[in-house]
Amino acid sequence: MSSTVFLALQANDDTRHVIDAIMADNPAASLDPQPAMVRITAPGTLVVRRETIEELVGRDFDLQELHVNMISLSGRVDETDDIFTLSWDR
Amino acid sequence: MDMPVTKKKKLGLKERYALMTRGLGWEPSYQPIDDIFPMDRFEGIKIHDWDAWEDPFRLTMDAYWKYQAEKERKLYAIVDAFAQSNGHLTLSDARYINTVKLFVNGFAPLEYMSHRGFAHIGRQFRDVGPRVACMMQSLDEMRHSQTQIHAISNYNRYYSGMAEFRHHHDYLPYLQVPKSFFEDAATGGPFEFIVAIGFAFEYVLTNLVFVPFISGAAYNGDMGAMTFGFSAQSDEARHMTLGLEVIKFVLEQDPVNVPIVQKWLNKWTWRGVRLLTLVAMMQDYMLPKRVMSWAEAWEIYFEENCGALFRDLARYGIVMPPCVEQIRLERDHLSHIAWCHFYQARGTSDFHVWLPSKEDMDWLSAKYPDTFDRYYRPRYEYWAKCEAEGKPFEATAVPMQCQVCQIPMMFTEPGDPLTLCQRHADYKGEQYHFCSDHCRDIFEDEPEKFIQSKIAGHEVFKGNAFRPGTDPTAEGFNPAAEALAFFRIEHGRDNGLHNGSTDERNFALWRGLAKAND
Ligand SMILES: [Fe+2]
Ligand SMILES: [Fe+2]
Repeated sequence: MSSTVFLALQANDDTRHVIDAIMADNPAASLDPQPAMVRITAPGTLVVRRETIEELVGRDFDLQELHVNMISLSGRVDETDDIFTLSWDR
Repeated sequence: MDMPVTKKKKLGLKERYALMTRGLGWEPSYQPIDDIFPMDRFEGIKIHDWDAWEDPFRLTMDAYWKYQAEKERKLYAIVDAFAQSNGHLTLSDARYINTVKLFVNGFAPLEYMSHRGFAHIGRQFRDVGPRVACMMQSLDEMRHSQTQIHAISNYNRYYSGMAEFRHHHDYLPYLQVPKSFFEDAATGGPFEFIVAIGFAFEYVLTNLVFVPFISGAAYNGDMGAMTFGFSAQSDEARHMTLGLEVIKFVLEQDPVNVPIVQKWLNKWTWRGVRLLTLVAMMQDYMLPKRVMSWAEAWEIYFEENCGALFRDLARYGIVMPPCVEQIRLERDHLSHIAWCHFYQARGTSDFHVWLPSKEDMDWLSAKYPDTFDRYYRPRYEYWAKCEAEGKPFEATAVPMQCQVCQIPMMFTEPGDPLTLCQRHADYKGEQYHFCSDHCRDIFEDEPEKFIQSKIAGHEVFKGNAFRPGTDPTAEGFNPAAEALAFFRIEHGRDNGLHNGSTDERNFALWRGLAKAND
């Protein structure tokens, strides 16, 4: 059984499409809304893809913009220009 | 509007990060490297290949400034709007303000200590990668303390208990718990500091601080605290990742590092959870509108989340700290023991307390079915009777404190909630007292360090809690009143019961005025 990873983001206008993109890219993820924030959990791995977000927001998106609204996470991080990955799997 | 531009070929994130961190370092030519970085070896941690270090968040300084500036702009827009619209009058209840007091007195000064600690170790690691990461965290922590103090200063204009937060943090007995926590970490070596703060605190425990405080602020109408909380927390993902990277890096470098790291994990998980006693109490008792109980937060953020982490670290031979057994046994007692203590010892704190109402107690029974009705409800009902008779119970004796965590010895034996837990150790002809086996173990590992603990109760008896020029031999000298004056607590205004306090009256008065025309 793989351990759960999670990403917590502020719930605001900047993150609305980011959250949609993450949910679209991670079919196994589940969304847990909490006061003023959301917590997205997934078994083993969670990915955030720049391209999916760009399609939804209709502009260029730098994955490091995530830093502004990120609250907390669990899992090992790997960050490139195109994909941000949280994972306990090896 | 977006203009069509021909994109220049940019370097990838990994290359940019490498150039802007390790690429900025150099090999010293006329001084031995051990003389330049004298502190990163004495703890016994062996590093063979610093190049194996890589921060997974590849944030370079230029991007750092850009995103931090954006965070500040968002923060101050809201802090200003909150102040300009008298946002404090939209709070759920005046009792909530005591959470803010606890925060500015107990937590904001820790952010400043964290800034100092990371600045210090950012100088002490011989590799550029961790130095850059520590420098950014040091700047973050400075920003956290500044924005917290700034945002909370709006409350200080109207309510008590906050104006002397710096002095209180240095001297008030209950605040020696958080203060001693960070002083212990900052007086360790650079690896212990980063395992203690970067890993045990940021990665293992920070969610337990964050969830109750920021969600609680949002839930109770405190837009100011919610915003600085989120703004600070947006740096935490980076801090946690640094903590995790350090631990992985150190464990991979040499097997001799494993037992040293395990010892620090055991120590700092315990010290961290002892410190979180204050948070548990805030969560279960101080938020008028509650988000989740301490026990629920513990299940999600420790059992689930840290379970995953320790499973991941098992391949290095790291195990869950043994203190977790006791923490589980205390889970359903912690907040109740703490609030009972603060209720009784309300004379020497700088926020107000109250007895839980009938509904509060029903919520607590539901959340703590095995403990609340059996051990704690009867106390509150008895104290409510005393209050109703006009004879509220108050404990005025100076409590005995644990030499390590500095918490009054109020905890009960693990698994035996009707027996007080006390441990002792002799060292160089003196006896020292502890709240638990784990605090005693920490002492016995470094007795020369912990015999120097400044214990607030002892300071009072030694005559160190009096203002300069005080004559304790004078006719009618009142040591308790003098100690309060030294602590800068105005008796009857800053301390005591919420019901009937100036804060309670003013909040009701101003809120009434805000809703009427005259
Ligand atoms: Fe911080
Ligand atoms: Fe202790």
